[in-house]
Amino acid sequence: MSLISVRDLAIRFKTDEGLITAVEDVGFDIAPGEVLGLVGESGSGKSVTAKALMRLNGGNTVYGERSTITLTADGQSTEVLKLKRERDMEKIRGGAISMIFQEPMASFAPAITVGDQMVEQLLIHTKLSKKAARDLSIEMLGRVGIPAPEKRFDQFAFEFSGGMRQRAMIAMALSTSPKLLIADEPTTALDVTIQAQVIDLMTDLVTEFGMGILFITHDLGVIAQTADRVAVMYLGRIVETGTVRQVIRDPKHPYTRGLIDALPKLEDLEAELTPVPGDIPSPLNRPAGCVFHTRCSIARAGHCDRVTPEPRSLPDGHTVACHYAEGLPATEVSA
Amino acid sequence: MSHDPVIEARELYVSYPLGRTLFGNKSYLNAVDGISLKIGRGSFFGLVGESGSGKTTLGRALLKAAPISDGEVFYRDDEVSHDLREIEGLALKDYRKRAQLIFQDPYAALSPRMTVRDIIAEPLEVMKLTRNRAETDERVREIAAKCRLNLEHLRRFPHAFSGGQRQRISIARALVSGPRFIVADESVAALDVSIQADVLNLLKQIQRDMGISFLFISHDLSVVAHVCDHVAVMYLGQIVESAPTRSLFARPRHPYTSALLSAIPSLDPDAPKTAEKLEGEIPSPADPPQGCKFHTRCRLARDACKASRPKLREVAPGHMAACHFAEEFDFTRTAAAPAPATTTA
Repeated sequence: MSLISVRDLAIRFKTDEGLITAVEDVGFDIAPGEVLGLVGESGSGKSVTAKALMRLNGGNTVYGERSTITLTADGQSTEVLKLKRERDMEKIRGGAISMIFQEPMASFAPAITVGDQMVEQLLIHTKLSKKAARDLSIEMLGRVGIPAPEKRFDQFAFEFSGGMRQRAMIAMALSTSPKLLIADEPTTALDVTIQAQVIDLMTDLVTEFGMGILFITHDLGVIAQTADRVAVMYLGRIVETGTVRQVIRDPKHPYTRGLIDALPKLEDLEAELTPVPGDIPSPLNRPAGCVFHTRCSIARAGHCDRVTPEPRSLPDGHTVACHYAEGLPATEVSA
Repeated sequence: MSHDPVIEARELYVSYPLGRTLFGNKSYLNAVDGISLKIGRGSFFGLVGESGSGKTTLGRALLKAAPISDGEVFYRDDEVSHDLREIEGLALKDYRKRAQLIFQDPYAALSPRMTVRDIIAEPLEVMKLTRNRAETDERVREIAAKCRLNLEHLRRFPHAFSGGQRQRISIARALVSGPRFIVADESVAALDVSIQADVLNLLKQIQRDMGISFLFISHDLSVVAHVCDHVAVMYLGQIVESAPTRSLFARPRHPYTSALLSAIPSLDPDAPKTAEKLEGEIPSPADPPQGCKFHTRCRLARDACKASRPKLREVAPGHMAACHFAEEFDFTRTAAAPAPATTTA
């Protein structure tokens, strides 16, 4: 039974220039205790997708008519996109689903102590007394490896170092015991040494708390070390999904292959770095057919620029949205 | 590559006053704490370290954009040589032409109100390097072409460009005055992976074709490994290790370098988890640890490390390290989890 199930998700924004499509035909499932990595470059729609799970996108957002997001927790199913009242959404935001952001300094209020912010959300989402909420918060700060948590509880975010702030953010997100944790580039702003510590901490906590995690990042190395399954996004579409090993060892979509080839690898210092040619098109000007055809080395004119490839399951169990995932058409090979 | 360095620093300090102590003694923060280095002509010199290690301050001091508090820095090319400590007036103007900077964030570095042509032409106009508009235009077009920007691009404003294209504009602006030395400060950190490789290849091509020397500042060791021929690792204002790239990555001689390398997440999901995790965070440069600055986080630290600060010395041919025990430890990178050197009799 999936914890969260997303089907046919389409997200458009009303702007002065008309409707802009940010996300199209996105679907995925996350089971309890599973980490799904969502990879993609800036502008690929990763964050917009994640925010949709908590309905955090702005007032100009239009969701697709067939789009559904089903959250199943404690034997109860909720259709997230059907929620109308703010009061109902509050149960999800910070309750069933918590989120960790990229820049922890921007996520804490600067003039309220870290402790007060942790207690505040516990009072909203749980039935704990103020005293119990304080005790739990201090306990959580200790759990994520912050030394002298009683002292830190009364400090402000600016008194914490970068790594410490991200730990506090994690402690805060987990203290309400969410069923799903959304981590949006949680290690991107951190140094590698601190990133390694935070990744370890998160992997430990998943095992301990058994929640599902949607882990968003542009860093394939981070994904390889944390996720069970991966979904690769490009221009608002998921182009490839599979287990971490399938996608990283045997990528089937030309975009995923390009991303891996573009990564500088320590194992092979002589290898040329091969960029994916061209630039990501503007969302105002989405390519017709396959969204990736403008940068794809195997795109075939007349087909890829007209027909949108549907996600298909391959024999090895992973899913790819490419006409030529199993090679180029036979007619061309024989010709 | 000529052996004459384009930049040579000896015991360089950049210090900022922190105020006075109770007894009126001034205290200082040494952002750059006695660094000596040579950047060879035409070399691609990498500088790595965590945030707060002083990489950017060092880069700026070499450009005479941060105050040099003590020590010596010399710049030399075929035409001139400058003593950066004393430099001012016309000589400084001359140096500005010869040494340039490429910034990290191409979204913040370009004025949104200027066309790309005007952005690239500005250094020429400010430094009065061309006689008339026609000459300026020709120079701009020539440099733009090198950075793969076409005539159509020159008429537009920065907002019309993607991150990778903007960084190519920043590079063109840095190149237009004909520099011999460029500091690239985290110049690909803000770019997506698929674009990053493109900008790195362009920088390498510029170094090869135009013989420009680069100081490439980055926190990303795998990027540095791919583009640089020499790498220096900084920690709290000091260089802890400096070596040719292959030598540094094949066998790091400082525990900090080795810890940095093992912290890079591997692309292989089944890679053994390295035991060597750095505990804690970089201490405040205002109050650096006594002795070896790294001893508070070093899993191999002994009493000697707390007592005296190790000097940067040659521990293998061309390979410098500042660790009391650099010869004893073996941090070969092929061993995924470098265990403390066990004595096999």
